[in-house]
Amino acid sequence: MKGNEAVAEAAIRSGCRLYFAYPITPQSELIEYMARMMPKVNGTFLQAESEVSAINMVYGAAGCGKRVMTSSSSPGISLKMEGISYIAGAELPAVIVNVQRGGPGLGDIQPAQGDYYQATKGGGHGDYRLIVMAPASVQEFADMASDAFDLADKYRNPVMILADGMLGQMMEPVEFKEPLTDAEIEEMPKQHDSWCIRPNEDGDKKHHHEINSLEIDPVVLEQHVNNLYKKYAEIEKNEISYESYDVSDDNEVLCVAWGTASRIVKSAINELKKDGKSVGMIRPINVWPYPYEAIAKAIGPNVKKVYVFELNTGQMLDDVKIAVAGKVPVEFWGKVGGVVFTPAEIKEKLEACF
Amino acid sequence: MEKIAYRPESLTKTPFTYCPGCLHGVAHRLIAEAVDEQGLINKMTGVAPVGCSVFAYKFFNFDMAQAAHGRAPAVATGMKRSRPDMHVFTYQGDGDLAAIGTAEIVHAANRGEHISVFFVNNAIYGMTGGQMAPTTLPDMKTTTSPYGRDTADVGHPIRVCELLDTLISPYYIERVSLLTPADIIKAKKAVSKAIQYNKEGRGFTFVEFISTCPTNWGLDPLKSRDWAKEHMLPFFKTGCFRDKGAE
Amino acid sequence: MPRMTVDPNYCKGCGLCIAACPKKIIRFSEKINDKGYHYAECFEQETCIACKMCYVTCPDVAITVEK
Repeated sequence: MKGNEAVAEAAIRSGCRLYFAYPITPQSELIEYMARMMPKVNGTFLQAESEVSAINMVYGAAGCGKRVMTSSSSPGISLKMEGISYIAGAELPAVIVNVQRGGPGLGDIQPAQGDYYQATKGGGHGDYRLIVMAPASVQEFADMASDAFDLADKYRNPVMILADGMLGQMMEPVEFKEPLTDAEIEEMPKQHDSWCIRPNEDGDKKHHHEINSLEIDPVVLEQHVNNLYKKYAEIEKNEISYESYDVSDDNEVLCVAWGTASRIVKSAINELKKDGKSVGMIRPINVWPYPYEAIAKAIGPNVKKVYVFELNTGQMLDDVKIAVAGKVPVEFWGKVGGVVFTPAEIKEKLEACF
Repeated sequence: MEKIAYRPESLTKTPFTYCPGCLHGVAHRLIAEAVDEQGLINKMTGVAPVGCSVFAYKFFNFDMAQAAHGRAPAVATGMKRSRPDMHVFTYQGDGDLAAIGTAEIVHAANRGEHISVFFVNNAIYGMTGGQMAPTTLPDMKTTTSPYGRDTADVGHPIRVCELLDTLISPYYIERVSLLTPADIIKAKKAVSKAIQYNKEGRGFTFVEFISTCPTNWGLDPLKSRDWAKEHMLPFFKTGCFRDKGAE
Repeated sequence: MPRMTVDPNYCKGCGLCIAACPKKIIRFSEKINDKGYHYAECFEQETCIACKMCYVTCPDVAITVEK
């Protein structure tokens, strides 16, 4: 199944019954799939007038405690940044899918990884964090839909699935989880009854819930932001996720790559293995929270260099440098513009390390 | 002795933060009265804008959301689509609705979203200190049109009711004034109708209030009303633009 | 007997009720509330006809009218 469609199907199976988005290449298949399938499950599909409007519709629906999703690609994600900041500030659960393309500006429609900074270092204003998941296969892309909704609900925070045009377009076999039943979907918003907008059915005990990120008293805002960061500390403790590939004490080079780039690096690593050259890779699956410790620990006794490969000018590179903390040199090679490197090119770069 | 006029239950006890004589409070009260009269308090919710009424979420005695500038109709759309059993309104000023939020209001109206929009037009940006609004009148001096609004440079004021009236979907559109007690009584009828149509699930309802901004117009509350009567009402004509329920 | 009362905690001394009252029986108090406003007060309750115009025009919902 195509990546774009797989994540949509997985979202529906996870109980998402509200989807608001605007068309943009390379994720138009996602919105079109939702347009066809949402009505079939009596869900709401709405093509908004802009990505700005879509993220605000998400804010409204999330404020009502319901599972809601939007998707877009790089320039459209930029438009959503104000809304994402509001969602984080108001502590609302929401899932945002970014199918990255070449940038900056209008860029092109080919796959890229140029939005890493935007996703993990905050694209919206103010102190907040997005949980960011970076799939590297269509199966992972689909699996992340339910994980994203679960984490969003658990932590009352927006979650981004940071994919790219290649994952969106490629077709791979997918196994889906059993869909949630209507009864389960009905029950789901009740976990948010203590804060969400909902009718007053408490009898005499009326509630007055506010979905809001404004706190005009600086002392109160300070407390609020500190509370947000206590939450983020919990997330950093609990939600580290990465893959170790061929990491061993024999490694002479340790690669770090994410998403589509990691697949190409894996191919190169396999080729080098045949030549008796030992290279390992840590692939962050969640890029926020970032597996700093895992990378540091993976630097084996024979590792001469940590090599980062990305389809950008070196964004996750910064996080790798933090993880490595100067223990060994960190090298970077990337391709931009939506041009994707080949296993042969990666192999060549790695060979030069031996 | 019985109370025949008193603070509606749909308003909290929190004092309004508006300037003395600002008519926002009247608009709030009319909405609250209508919600009370129609027994909707347990299912009502609204969206506060960015502007002087940003704190509206503190003033209405039911669940409220606060939205990014201009985005209230989109937020309301998300809310209504996710909890159709609730009644949703937005409350917006001229910057929120007619400047940054033009796309959101036009499209929410065009989709015929089942929400009520209450639009307070006082021809200026109040909260940020008196800048020009899309509804500022020609030659009117504001802090960003210090020499008077030059229509050759920045165009004429926008008449939102007329604009929305070109769309097919909206159900009810009316412009009212808050400038005299008699006008307020008429305005209350429009607000009640909008809320009633909303409750009955008839479609998109829109009420524009002609209001004042004593502080930024540099006039006292009474003179502000006179100024608005003289300058705003000739351009922003009150009246019902459409009422599909009356057909 | 009809009466209007102003809650001094809400009144901002805007004067709209004073202008609205057809019997002209509302004035600014000599006293000030804790926000510093001379709040409105009815000085001749026996003349009040409970027309509610003061309530209708008050932007702070400071007024209660009884009949």
